[in-house]
Amino acid sequence: MTVKKPKKISVSKNDLMPLYRKMLLIRRFEEKAGQLYGMGLIGGFCHLYIGQEAVVVGLEAAAGEGDKRVTSYRDHGHMLACGMDANGVMAELTGRSGGYSKGKGGSMHMFSKEKHFYGGHGIVGAQVPIGAGLAFADKYKGNDNVTFTYFGDGAANQGQVYETFNMAALWDLPVIFVIENNQYAMGTSQQRSTSSAEIYERGHAFGIPGEAVDGMDVLAVKAAGQTAVKHCRSGKGPYILEIKTYRYRGHSMSDPAKYRTREEVQKIREEKDAIQHIRDLLLTGEHCSEDDLKLIDKEIKEIVNKSADFAKESPEPASEDLWTDIYADLEA
Amino acid sequence: MAVDILMPALSPTMEEGTLTKWLVEEGDTIKSGDILAEIETDKATMEFEAVEDGIIGKLLVAEGTASVPVNSKIAVLLEDGESISDIPAETTVKEPINTSDNRRAEFTTPLEIPLNKTVVELKLPDGTKFKTQTVREAIRDAMSEEMRLDDTVYLIGEEVAEYEGAYKISQGMLDEFGSKRVIDTPITEHGFTGIAIGAAFGGLKPVVEFMTFNFAMQAMDQIVNSAAKTLYMSGGQMGAPMVFRGPNGAAARVGAQHSQDYAAWYSHIPGLKVVQPYSAADAKGLLKSAIRDPNPVIFLENEILYGQSFEVPDLVDYTVPLGKARIWCEGDDITLVSFGIGMKYALEAAEQLTEMGVSVEVIDLRSLRPLDTQTVINSVKKTNRCVTVEEGFPVCSIGNYVSSVLMQQAFDYLDAPVINCSGKDVPMPYAENLEKLALVTTEDVMAAAKSVLYR
Repeated sequence: MTVKKPKKISVSKNDLMPLYRKMLLIRRFEEKAGQLYGMGLIGGFCHLYIGQEAVVVGLEAAAGEGDKRVTSYRDHGHMLACGMDANGVMAELTGRSGGYSKGKGGSMHMFSKEKHFYGGHGIVGAQVPIGAGLAFADKYKGNDNVTFTYFGDGAANQGQVYETFNMAALWDLPVIFVIENNQYAMGTSQQRSTSSAEIYERGHAFGIPGEAVDGMDVLAVKAAGQTAVKHCRSGKGPYILEIKTYRYRGHSMSDPAKYRTREEVQKIREEKDAIQHIRDLLLTGEHCSEDDLKLIDKEIKEIVNKSADFAKESPEPASEDLWTDIYADLEA
Repeated sequence: MAVDILMPALSPTMEEGTLTKWLVEEGDTIKSGDILAEIETDKATMEFEAVEDGIIGKLLVAEGTASVPVNSKIAVLLEDGESISDIPAETTVKEPINTSDNRRAEFTTPLEIPLNKTVVELKLPDGTKFKTQTVREAIRDAMSEEMRLDDTVYLIGEEVAEYEGAYKISQGMLDEFGSKRVIDTPITEHGFTGIAIGAAFGGLKPVVEFMTFNFAMQAMDQIVNSAAKTLYMSGGQMGAPMVFRGPNGAAARVGAQHSQDYAAWYSHIPGLKVVQPYSAADAKGLLKSAIRDPNPVIFLENEILYGQSFEVPDLVDYTVPLGKARIWCEGDDITLVSFGIGMKYALEAAEQLTEMGVSVEVIDLRSLRPLDTQTVINSVKKTNRCVTVEEGFPVCSIGNYVSSVLMQQAFDYLDAPVINCSGKDVPMPYAENLEKLALVTTEDVMAAAKSVLYR
């Protein structure tokens, strides 16, 4: 990975703790989701975020009130990071009425108007113009909100991404394009799918500034996020962050992941794990003790277990719900 | 407490699998993420990872066992301090938990498209004056009036601003509303359609002009997957209140790629509303309703009709409800059902039939989704004969759908089969004579009408 050395930032316990909690919540939540999938309680496609937690948690730490976010189908982490309720997310995964979309969206299609989370999109790359459109709406209304538009290294080869880069630059839209480069577009490595080694450099063709960021270092991600937010909020147009990360699990639950070696995964888990990194920072900085961390682990486990219980107990949607939410009423 | 490790479902369709190989032994200490076993699914051989730390207490299923049901116990994991003797001797493979049976709710396919709102036809006030307007002017007026009323409404598309519209629809609009609200895009349908949909999610009401609907094929994914489905997928939280409009169908001599009627394509999609007006009055009234509607509306215009003049009510705020057909003329012997430019052929045929002494009822559907089937059924109960007329291809056409509704809901009233007149089942040819043959013609309609009248 070639990435800029992060700026030295002084960190306190107050900085680190919320990041650690959120990252751990995402990981434990995803592990539980994997388990429920294995039990047949979650069906269809289910894409886990394990390994990539620092990306969304770092960027959410740079976001402000009113900022929007939109992402692909690997979306559970984004929802938890922006403050959506674990119960509602898990219940959507099990297709129950207590889910964010009343059970009608599923793993790939969840939304929260309240938390400014605009999905959850199942078509690779489709969320990119949508994210620019959300930014367009904010600019049109004259506020200074920005939109985080997440997509992967695979989506970065979709034509509509570059159509969007062009218009976002042309119209100075306040959109941060976040390329979560986990190095594999489903089963095809970046080397086998992408002509450029540094995807963010493609922004140069449109005059969009950008940078590569170490996505296993949540503080580096947060700092890069702050730079990007400042740029967009000041009316200078879009910004690209290519965040180099790694997905530990398969593309989806049914992916045997034969396109990479177990050693490759294991090496990153052992040497680069983002959660271990922040744990080390907390312990070596003497911000807390092993016992403090154990307590947090326990709390997180409780939240996740409760969400799983909720997701199992929440009733299936009523048959009548098949026919609702197709059209909005005129006077909604 | 000991934790059961269950046979995992490793694909959306897996019900059982082969436990090919254990990668751990009893007594091994394992960490979350360690590979426990290799499992062969219906799709591939997969590695199965531990999700919790612990010690492998017992392996319950032998390597090489085939047809292990999903959710049956395959091993037991011990936590700190537990020993193998704590585990009850249990080696039987449990029946899997049934989670997928009886999920399919019993329902019958309704012919009526569900509409949450009842539509009411506006009655024109007594003494309403009319003015002669082209369809082109009516569309422009509808957009401008709505933009004056609601500043979240804006027009976006190729050549809509400085060029004033490739078909001169948006004449004068840039001058009145400025470049913030009348926006030229690059030639990039997929991208600007997605941006407009995002803006609609964000609270604006875009009117997207496609230079022609042939180019909207580039944006079909965004229209169908993002605009039409988000309200449903979000459980009613957010949708796309917007209009996609532009010329649709054959113009004249522009060949196969620029001559296609998308009425049936879009009408297939739940979540979209589809409108295809014929007259200028309907174009104006329906477009104003479409802009106010909180759903994505496909508004299909026609290049040949743009320049034709009609009488338009001269009212401050003239709207026509979506989902309501218009009866152009009442009659007792035969019902002609059409929409858009198909109305031209239907009305010509009606004139000829009237001269023959036949009493003709002509229905302009105007909205294709929701489709006002009741007006058609009521008419056919009176006339007992029906011919549909449209310019699109014959397979899975609007006429096909109308026929199926009549067969199911007015079967006993029909004195003849319903005949669908449509464009021919060929790509549009360029040659002048062949193009004429490929389109639906008044002669086609006359032949069909005579046939169902047994004359």
